[in-house]
Amino acid sequence: MKIESIVENITINIDGQDVDVPKGINIIEAVKMAGKGKEVPHYCYHPKLSIAGNCRMCMVEMGMPMRDRTTGEAILEEDGSPKIGWMPKPTIGCATNASPGMHIRTHSDMVKESRNGVTEFLLINHPLDCPICDQAGECRLQEFSAEHGRGYSRFIEDKNVKPKRTRLGPRVTLDDERCILCSRCVRFSKEIANDDVLGFVDRGTYSTLTCYPGKELAHNYSLNTVDICPVGALTSTDFRFKMRVWFLKRTHSICTESSIGANTEIWSREGKIYRITPRRNDEVNDTWMTDSGRDLFKPIESEDRLTHYTIEGVHTTCDEAAASVVKLIQAGDVALVGSAHSSVEEQFFYKQIADRSGAKVSLVSHQGEGDGLLLSEDRSPNLRGALVTGLITDLPEASLETLACEINSGAVKTIFAVNEDLTELGISKEALAKVNVIYVGTHANATSEVASVVLPSLSVFEKDGTFINQSFRLQRFKAAVPGPRGIEPDYTVLEKIAAPLSQEKPASLTIDLVWERMAPKISQFDDSFRWRSLPDDGVALNASAFLDLDFVETKNLKYDPAAFKEAHAAPVEA
Amino acid sequence: MAKTKVLERKPLSFAEKTFLPQIVSGLKTTFGTMLSKGVTLQYPEERPVIPDNYRGVPTLVRDPNGREKCVSCQLCEFVCPPKAIRIIPGEIDADAEPDRAHVEKAPKEFDINMLRCIYCGLCQEVCPEEAIFLQDIFSLSGYSREEMINDKEKLYELGGTLPDKHFKWDKKKAAEQAGNAHH
Repeated sequence: MKIESIVENITINIDGQDVDVPKGINIIEAVKMAGKGKEVPHYCYHPKLSIAGNCRMCMVEMGMPMRDRTTGEAILEEDGSPKIGWMPKPTIGCATNASPGMHIRTHSDMVKESRNGVTEFLLINHPLDCPICDQAGECRLQEFSAEHGRGYSRFIEDKNVKPKRTRLGPRVTLDDERCILCSRCVRFSKEIANDDVLGFVDRGTYSTLTCYPGKELAHNYSLNTVDICPVGALTSTDFRFKMRVWFLKRTHSICTESSIGANTEIWSREGKIYRITPRRNDEVNDTWMTDSGRDLFKPIESEDRLTHYTIEGVHTTCDEAAASVVKLIQAGDVALVGSAHSSVEEQFFYKQIADRSGAKVSLVSHQGEGDGLLLSEDRSPNLRGALVTGLITDLPEASLETLACEINSGAVKTIFAVNEDLTELGISKEALAKVNVIYVGTHANATSEVASVVLPSLSVFEKDGTFINQSFRLQRFKAAVPGPRGIEPDYTVLEKIAAPLSQEKPASLTIDLVWERMAPKISQFDDSFRWRSLPDDGVALNASAFLDLDFVETKNLKYDPAAFKEAHAAPVEA
Repeated sequence: MAKTKVLERKPLSFAEKTFLPQIVSGLKTTFGTMLSKGVTLQYPEERPVIPDNYRGVPTLVRDPNGREKCVSCQLCEFVCPPKAIRIIPGEIDADAEPDRAHVEKAPKEFDINMLRCIYCGLCQEVCPEEAIFLQDIFSLSGYSREEMINDKEKLYELGGTLPDKHFKWDKKKAAEQAGNAHH
């Protein structure tokens, strides 16, 4: 935020049009900012990596206003406009920074010809694999070949043969023939993942991407190299040959692996998820995400998925299950074990249920080792949501010892457990047998087996909602695939429980109606917040009320606890 | 409302009133055709000659060496206007078929729903491997909806083998073995 105020804008001229761009920005970004769908084609340049300048695709013509060498005065054309001295040869856009008065041509004949030349050279040794190549449909080479290729080959010699189907690591397969040597993956491993495993061997057209001897591409960010590969050289071993990308629907979602809340895209077709890729958000995850976070969609099709509302193990309807939950809660002595995996909307309802029933709320923290990048120590996506909605006021413990004592003393008669297996949190099966258990969750476990009432819920891929990440950023996710048949969204089920507790009639809710109710009640939310109108890259919330809490996250890619505290404690400048 | 206009009918002449000229001319046609060569076919025993570019039932074909040509690129599935084609792509098992491992990809399942197919031929036109052809089968029937969905096995049975001019993958394999490799 501060940097933006320092950076000054300068005016450059792109294809005869004056454009205001920040000083120091490179030509590729400047042209993108000029809008109108204008693009300088490029392969090796990536906004989050260092500049290599080796693909030579982003050639543009550049010129500067001419000045008299002796006097230093600007030389003018006859009509009074500054005379532009064009460089005799094109220059690469990625390594050319905008400077005041610079003139750029992105569509002149010379530029087009140089792009055509580069494309022809790149295609010399590129195999004609498109029908079996997974990148087809999202391949930059394919796209630019259509625009800048000649449609036939003048190359009559034999193409180079390079290793195909090479295993680079547990999750990445390499096809060296397709590689155009852009070195994005090499730079990513070195600069972002801090694990320098990839490099080129041999020279000229024989250059081959490979791992250093004795090493493999095994770090938890290896699949990002697949994402940034502009061609089909690096492929995901898991997604390989599964589905063509043009059939897949993209849905914006949020990764639930940790409190980072990486922005993701879910790729699905006909209710089946095929892959998850990161979505760019410069405030949260840049353009990266962990490999482990990409696997999280797999359990939603597992056998032990809860698919029916049940009372004492017998299938029933949603309404009857909710009515039976209301009865159990009204009997009193309820303990609510909430979840930091629930969305903000659900936590808002759990808070209502707790308030109306006088239930004691506990939450369980899930922690793991952080990697300082995009995997934080807090392995739940929405702990901040529980704080903001008021479900909890202090940070949760890792186990439920106190609740176990209360069960043994008979102070608790009903446990309302959300997505947590209580038997793994210090409450024995014998203890659970003494109380009524209401279980809300996606998958069967030891707790759901002994539960009196089971309310199956939807996974993050099947519902609409929001999470609040480590830096109190409210982020929205959308349903990518339908849930198991007959399962209603959690907030409508919870409304059927919460409303009767205060002698109201349950309303039929949509996510927008939930927000109409919720936004005015939560002080950190602006009254005008609506789920539908939240920006795609999230909203930073006011975190000043929670700065005293000792969160477990340590410094990672976009979050530094000390700096965060400092920034939010400071009075807001006018 | 439009008014109906009644047209006066021309009164019949004497010859027309007897109907004899009409009967004679009709019988002339009848006896004339009786003696000329027949134009109908005794279907299904006799079958018509199908022209080369006829668009019949879409089928999958093998190359002259009996190998599968389809690489499950799914372009036909994409282009199919009535969404009749459904493919589940798969990987060729390198251990089971070492001589075809370099092709990498082949359909695991390939279904064409003939209740949906409109015989437009776009699948044949789009196929980069020349693996799908609308051949000369024009009469397709079945007792159930399931029967009308041609699976991979049925499609290859219907398709048979067609001459291949390119042998693209054989060339690829030869290049790999002879190679222009550095080492």
